Amino acid sequence: MSTSFTPVVAGSALPSDAPAPATPQSIAHHGGEPNPSAATLRLQFSGAVQGIDVVWGETTVIVAGEQLLDIVRWLHDDPAQRYDYLSDITAIEFRDTEQPLEVVWHLRSLPYRRFLRLKVRITKGAPLEVPSVWSVYRGADWLERECYDMFGIRFSGHPDLRRLLMWEQYREGYPLRKDFPLRGRFSRSEQLRQALDANPEARYSKEELSIAQAFEDLPDDMRRRLSTGEKTGE
Amino acid sequence: MATTKRTIEVELSTSGLDAQGRPQRVPLVVDDGGSPVALEAPPSVEPDLSGDHMLINIGPQHPATHGVLRLVLELDGETVVRCIPHIGYLHCGFEKIGEYRQYNQIIPWTDREDYLNSPGNNVAFALGAERLFGIEITERCKVLRVMAMELSRIMSHLVWLGTTCIDIGAFTPFLWSFEKREKIYELLEDWIGARLTTTLTRVGGMGADVPESWVDKLRTFVQAFPKTLNEIDRVVTRNGIWVGRTIGLGVMSAEEAVNYGLSGPMLRASGVAYDVRKDFPYLDYETYDFDVPVGTHGDVYDRYLVRMEELRQSTRILEQAIDRLPDGPVNVADHRVILPSKSKATSDMESMIHHFKQVMEGPRPPIGEAYVAVESPKGEKGYYMVSDGTSKPARWRIRPPSFVNLSAIPKMVEGHLLSDVIAINASIDIVMGEIDR
Amino acid sequence: MGLSRQPEPAAIVGGGEPWVTTRLDFVVNWARANSLWPMPFGTACCAIEFMATAASRYDLARFGMERQSFSPRQADVLICAGRVPFKLAPVLRRIWQQMPQPKWCISMGACASSGGMFDNYAVVQGIDTIIPVDVYVPGCPPRPEGLLYGILLLQKKIMNERAKDKTLRNEMEPDPKSQLYIPPPVIDEISEPFGNSVHQTRSGL
Repeated sequence: MSTSFTPVVAGSALPSDAPAPATPQSIAHHGGEPNPSAATLRLQFSGAVQGIDVVWGETTVIVAGEQLLDIVRWLHDDPAQRYDYLSDITAIEFRDTEQPLEVVWHLRSLPYRRFLRLKVRITKGAPLEVPSVWSVYRGADWLERECYDMFGIRFSGHPDLRRLLMWEQYREGYPLRKDFPLRGRFSRSEQLRQALDANPEARYSKEELSIAQAFEDLPDDMRRRLSTGEKTGE
Repeated sequence: MATTKRTIEVELSTSGLDAQGRPQRVPLVVDDGGSPVALEAPPSVEPDLSGDHMLINIGPQHPATHGVLRLVLELDGETVVRCIPHIGYLHCGFEKIGEYRQYNQIIPWTDREDYLNSPGNNVAFALGAERLFGIEITERCKVLRVMAMELSRIMSHLVWLGTTCIDIGAFTPFLWSFEKREKIYELLEDWIGARLTTTLTRVGGMGADVPESWVDKLRTFVQAFPKTLNEIDRVVTRNGIWVGRTIGLGVMSAEEAVNYGLSGPMLRASGVAYDVRKDFPYLDYETYDFDVPVGTHGDVYDRYLVRMEELRQSTRILEQAIDRLPDGPVNVADHRVILPSKSKATSDMESMIHHFKQVMEGPRPPIGEAYVAVESPKGEKGYYMVSDGTSKPARWRIRPPSFVNLSAIPKMVEGHLLSDVIAINASIDIVMGEIDR
Repeated sequence: MGLSRQPEPAAIVGGGEPWVTTRLDFVVNWARANSLWPMPFGTACCAIEFMATAASRYDLARFGMERQSFSPRQADVLICAGRVPFKLAPVLRRIWQQMPQPKWCISMGACASSGGMFDNYAVVQGIDTIIPVDVYVPGCPPRPEGLLYGILLLQKKIMNERAKDKTLRNEMEPDPKSQLYIPPPVIDEISEPFGNSVHQTRSGL
């Protein structure tokens, strides 16, 4: 039997006379009420904050990539902010090649019922690298892996940055980039040939299973099979 | 002490539930005085086999993985030491294709992505697109969309219920829940023409208004549905096998659940009262009277209880929506997004031009971005759309709840037995279409 | 639907067949057709419609598909229900190779038959580029009646098989280097976009 937990209620940090949440009506395109965390963030990290936007009622704070981890950690830990929930991590590449590539974090504060968007802009030509927030939010694990898989953005500090949705030896590139054509770079028969060749189950990679540490203790035939990458089940 | 072992029939003079409402285990062995005797485990005679870990692979083709999921397990006997999930076997490039389709053309794609919650996804996408266009929908449309979302929640939870029962070993609730789904399919077919992949909404309104007497059919369904729920409840909820197989498994504490980004019944079963309908409302959900069930133990049994209660609450919302459905137009009268009627398009020049522009080019929202999150049956489902002023989005991002929920499975499964892995996997309620997109 | 349950083998073959082999063919085919154990290779939405077809309203069991065999070793017909991305292609190929003869394949839905609406980098444009298919069931997803029609068509196909036709039970032989069992130009040709897909590569208008 597991022990029972005390329920955690969203909105618990708000004062008791705060208005109940309601469906937003008539949201303005620009110039809405910004999230109070944005102003506090600008005071706290004045050098790193490059801009604050309010579009369709949502506040976006554009920050410098190097200080992203500090900012996220502060947003998570500070008792007046308490952004304890990471909703999403994604990236946007625009069709206009002059515009920078943007990496986007969607954060929620459940106690304060707030939503904040952080963006890091990577100009064309700069290395596609941003810090990982895995040390703050465990949920960033797969979200960052997927971002890497689709865009090629490396998240420094991520424990296990591998492709997630495509197979690990996928050679065509990073699918969601704008220079990647919709139907892929290779012909259909070549794509099929590469896919049938990849055969993801044929190998249990030693790295992913820490078999390397236990390798010496494994039975003989298992060691032989793993080291030759023999296809299983045939 | 000499004990006579005899089985006794226990009359449940109490309700069989303890103070927290959890089922009590009834001992079957008593000594002469009537007090229960704990059975001792037989002495272990096996040699010490620790150190030999076995690698097994579950999936991607497997009946109990709820889709094409591959789990690589490192086992010490029957106990899981490590679990590594592999996904991507259903990755179909949804987000890439979204950049090549107009906003109304993306709606059929939202059906196929979380295919158990098609109407719900349609509504979520339409809400996001309307935010991006700056359109306010009509009152009738709002109530119809609430009906669609709750019907969709019922549909999805029924599949979850049926397949989880099969995974744990009970086959009959599957047939009962699918028969109820057929009733909902009939309703959807009357409304929009499709059973499963509905494409129910359009930007600015709905694909079609409900036909006459549809609301009466919905009322009949809503009255009959709790009987099936009670039947399944009677068979499953206090069933010794079910309880024994689900209690204490896959526990996530509240802080862990929030940190892992879990949402939906997974999060609420761990004791975190976060429901997008209550905390970041949309479609006037704050005006409906419903409760959000929250568990206390964070295990598989609690997730089951939370989802069963959500089914009842959805029925409650549907009853209220039926009563408050207003008359009036379903589509907003905005020529930028809603096609003019055929008679006007073929007679009036301006309507013809609007029709032409919409079909050939598609409506173009202003430059901007919007993230709209709804409470799907799986959790917080978000659509993030970035517009660069053209008729096709610059980026269409789906925030998949099952994706983030599934990433916690290595944590939940450690230390459990192999058959528990199946039960825990079933309790997450994953849809691979949404995870892999 | 006009499918006869008792075809006359002599009439179809054209006469001259020994009576014993036609009767034997009939019995063997009748047994095979009416006890097809499906291997549901369900991936996406079509799998849900397959489950609805197997549930109580459109019961599949009355057509002989009583036992869903999730192990390919004990299955007769592979029902590929749902879209197959390239990452899943080797899995499908292996499952097909693990099925013993006699085996058939039903491609359920538009995505399995031709790639469906997914004409992009990730999805196989029809599973017939990977495994040989007997019956294609169109639809997105096909209604349960549609799937049942497809299954009945397969049963009719099985009833028309003849033991003396040795090529029926030939296992496909993929080219050992490329693993493709039909030549690449043919794959490219049948995967070419058609219909609306041709015009939809314009992004950003």
